[in-house]
Amino acid sequence: MKRELLKFVAFSVFVLLLPLQFKGGYLMNVLVFVGINTMLAIALNLLLGYAGQISLGHAGFFGLGAYLSGILTTTYAWNPWQAMPVAAIIVGCMAYLIGFPVLKLKGHYLAMATLGLGIIIYIVFNETVDLTGGPSGLSGIPYLEAGGIVFDSDVKNYYLIWGITLAVVLFSINLANSRVGRALRAVHDSEVAAQVVGVNARLLKVQIFALSAVISSLAGSLYAHTMTFISPASFGFNFSVELLTMVVIGGLGSVYGSFLGAALLTLLPEFLRAAQDYDIIIYGGLLVLMVMFMPGGLVRGVPDLFRRIFKSRGGADHA
Amino acid sequence: MQFDQILQYTLSGLSTGAIYALIGIGFSIIYNATGIINFAQGEFVMLGGLLTLSCLDLLKLPIWAAIPCAVAVSTLAGLLFERLAIRPLRQPTPINLVIITIGGSILIRGMAMLIWGKDTHAIPSFSGDDPIAIGGATILPQHLWILAITVVIIVINKFYFYHTISGKAMRACAYNRRAAGLVGIDVRRMVLFSFMISSAMGAVAGIIVAPLTMIAYDVGVMLGLKGFCAAIIGGMSSGIATVVGGLLLGVLESLGAGLISSGYKDAIAFIILLLILFIRPQGLFGKADSERV
Amino acid sequence: MLEVSGITQIFGGVTALEDVSFRVNRGDITGVIGPNGAGKTTLFNIITGIYTQTSGKVVFEDKDISGLPPEKLARLAMVRTFQNIELFGGMTVHENVMVGMHTKSSSGMLSCALKMPWSISEERRIRNDSMKWLEFTGITELAEVEAGNLPFGKGRLLEIARALAVEPRIILMDEPAAGLNSQETLGLAHLIKRIRDLGITVVLVEHDMELVMDICDRIVVLNLGRKLAEGTPREIQENPEVIAAYLGDDD
Repeated sequence: MKRELLKFVAFSVFVLLLPLQFKGGYLMNVLVFVGINTMLAIALNLLLGYAGQISLGHAGFFGLGAYLSGILTTTYAWNPWQAMPVAAIIVGCMAYLIGFPVLKLKGHYLAMATLGLGIIIYIVFNETVDLTGGPSGLSGIPYLEAGGIVFDSDVKNYYLIWGITLAVVLFSINLANSRVGRALRAVHDSEVAAQVVGVNARLLKVQIFALSAVISSLAGSLYAHTMTFISPASFGFNFSVELLTMVVIGGLGSVYGSFLGAALLTLLPEFLRAAQDYDIIIYGGLLVLMVMFMPGGLVRGVPDLFRRIFKSRGGADHA
Repeated sequence: MQFDQILQYTLSGLSTGAIYALIGIGFSIIYNATGIINFAQGEFVMLGGLLTLSCLDLLKLPIWAAIPCAVAVSTLAGLLFERLAIRPLRQPTPINLVIITIGGSILIRGMAMLIWGKDTHAIPSFSGDDPIAIGGATILPQHLWILAITVVIIVINKFYFYHTISGKAMRACAYNRRAAGLVGIDVRRMVLFSFMISSAMGAVAGIIVAPLTMIAYDVGVMLGLKGFCAAIIGGMSSGIATVVGGLLLGVLESLGAGLISSGYKDAIAFIILLLILFIRPQGLFGKADSERV
Repeated sequence: MLEVSGITQIFGGVTALEDVSFRVNRGDITGVIGPNGAGKTTLFNIITGIYTQTSGKVVFEDKDISGLPPEKLARLAMVRTFQNIELFGGMTVHENVMVGMHTKSSSGMLSCALKMPWSISEERRIRNDSMKWLEFTGITELAEVEAGNLPFGKGRLLEIARALAVEPRIILMDEPAAGLNSQETLGLAHLIKRIRDLGITVVLVEHDMELVMDICDRIVVLNLGRKLAEGTPREIQENPEVIAAYLGDDD
């Protein structure tokens, strides 16, 4: 437990000091997105890595959060701080209700059902033009504001987003190391055994699905208020796959792994500007290679690799 | 007039539905042989269409030669996919299989984008574009080609599964992989076959639909998902139930798009998909004892 | 304590169990035996809520539990183990047993994630109390080992420890001696008696006749989906029908 706390403090210090290195600039803007994507990856990881239930529709929940926040603050002129929790509650309730039939399905069928759900949500964003502005998007979403500070620059947004992201990280780590987290992993490993010792697997899966949707919705609202413009293109099937890639690359069932995956996948395209059309191949290739050679993700795979290299060195020395 | 419209939508829906059926059968063949839902299925549809294009434009082949050529290359791609991505998998859990087939599909799509670019391409119809009048509606010769080729493929398929040794071995694998292995069937080879057959069928679907709908590197996703929907309606059967599922989906989509709203056309397939998964996971015609959930 | 009456189970036209009735007394070790295919495991799966029977009734402590799901039965203090041990392979031995205390704790998602004072003290209680069951089954030194890496015999002990953590009043064991060597089986017999001495009623399906005759107070014999006999080990050993069923099975 002490070690967990130490890790978290070290991570927080790293995150809070990072901007000093860059002093504003374009990269700050990218780092804001790393924060948002970290939240999303953690949300999906709670479901996929801990409870073992796949979702290919999480971009939909992300989009719902963004659009609900966007519509409430523009068309209905709500305060963003009111719109965000309301959006999160609505999305959470929707996920909870749809979760019962969806999570009865397993494996490939669950993947297909969540995928279908995500695409339906995406189509609704495109088609309800009066509400969402359709394919051309929704603009004029207000920045967040607190105590006279308007979060309208990358540096301010960085601290806002990462403050909330750190809270989500701590929240998820606590959850993972609690009776609920253990019950989730138990359902993952053997659903029937978990039930036999009294875990209501079905309800727990639905609850974690709803929680995951709530965190995604929150990330969506924050995305809307930092970008001030949203369009359906950001919330399609491709983004769901990107989130899946982040979680798998970072490591299933690891909160910090989700950060690694999110950071890698968000920063990679920036460094590959020259080869921007290749990013789709790189995603695909990474997914395939990771599942084949590093099924534990970076957090487990890299230390493993070092250990193996050390061992073979050590072995060579002895021989 | 209302009736003519409905007839028109139904007719064009049937030919789209036939495409869905072919793709859906591809899904079912792999699922039955391996328990895998191949998320890359749609990419072979795209490959079929684009390879035909290259055979016509670059190699200057006539259409009757371009088609088998494209199918052969797509089949090869299916073979490579199984050998390079599926077989080496060390932990073939359902989630890993979902992820690897998604990864594979993105990879194939990305390579197609590099080869053929992002533009949409057209392939000429097999025999002209003069509409044929049926009742108060009209259809294109290509629609007839689609229906005819689909029927032929389904008949060949049926013959293969019921009247050839390797087809029967494949069915044995579908019933019980372990038992099939015990009586000496090379299960791994059957898995490979299933990938080859379904990529070939996907390619054919892509080739016959290309003259109607244009083709681009990213058409595979939607077509693949619709095909999966057809297979789900048909209870993952690799026979007539999935064909009916595909036709039903095609017609419903076409009617929905024409009579309700074209924007929601794609949503129809997914709403049907969810409803079937929630209410009748064994498919519309199946018995209620399947292990889908 | 546990009363099974008129259980019939039909799988797609095949009758797996036909009108099986028997009664388990509080504090007894009751053995369910029978040749392969007699329907023992099916019967267990019905009692423990994995299957729902075609007809018949299961009554536990005067409460009709027919068709209740396993997680409800755990809350009523009924727990089971599996023939092919079902462990949480990715978790440590200690964590496995901690999951066993799920029904004995109540912190929800939010209070766990926000580390509310009561969930911190509850977590401490779970951590400490679960050790008691590791000691009881003698696997304390394996506490931090990942369960997936345990040898089969130790896995069996862990599964029992986890089941005991539920604090059941009745425990059903499906072939607990399967896959164990003779040394381990001896230890198991001793362990089962100690579980009974805790006041927990034990029901077991078992093939190892020596074990059954040694530890059971009462025995129920199933054959071809029907109850053939019921009685003390001595009565069963002398029952001609039972002898015929077992010998006849060997042709």
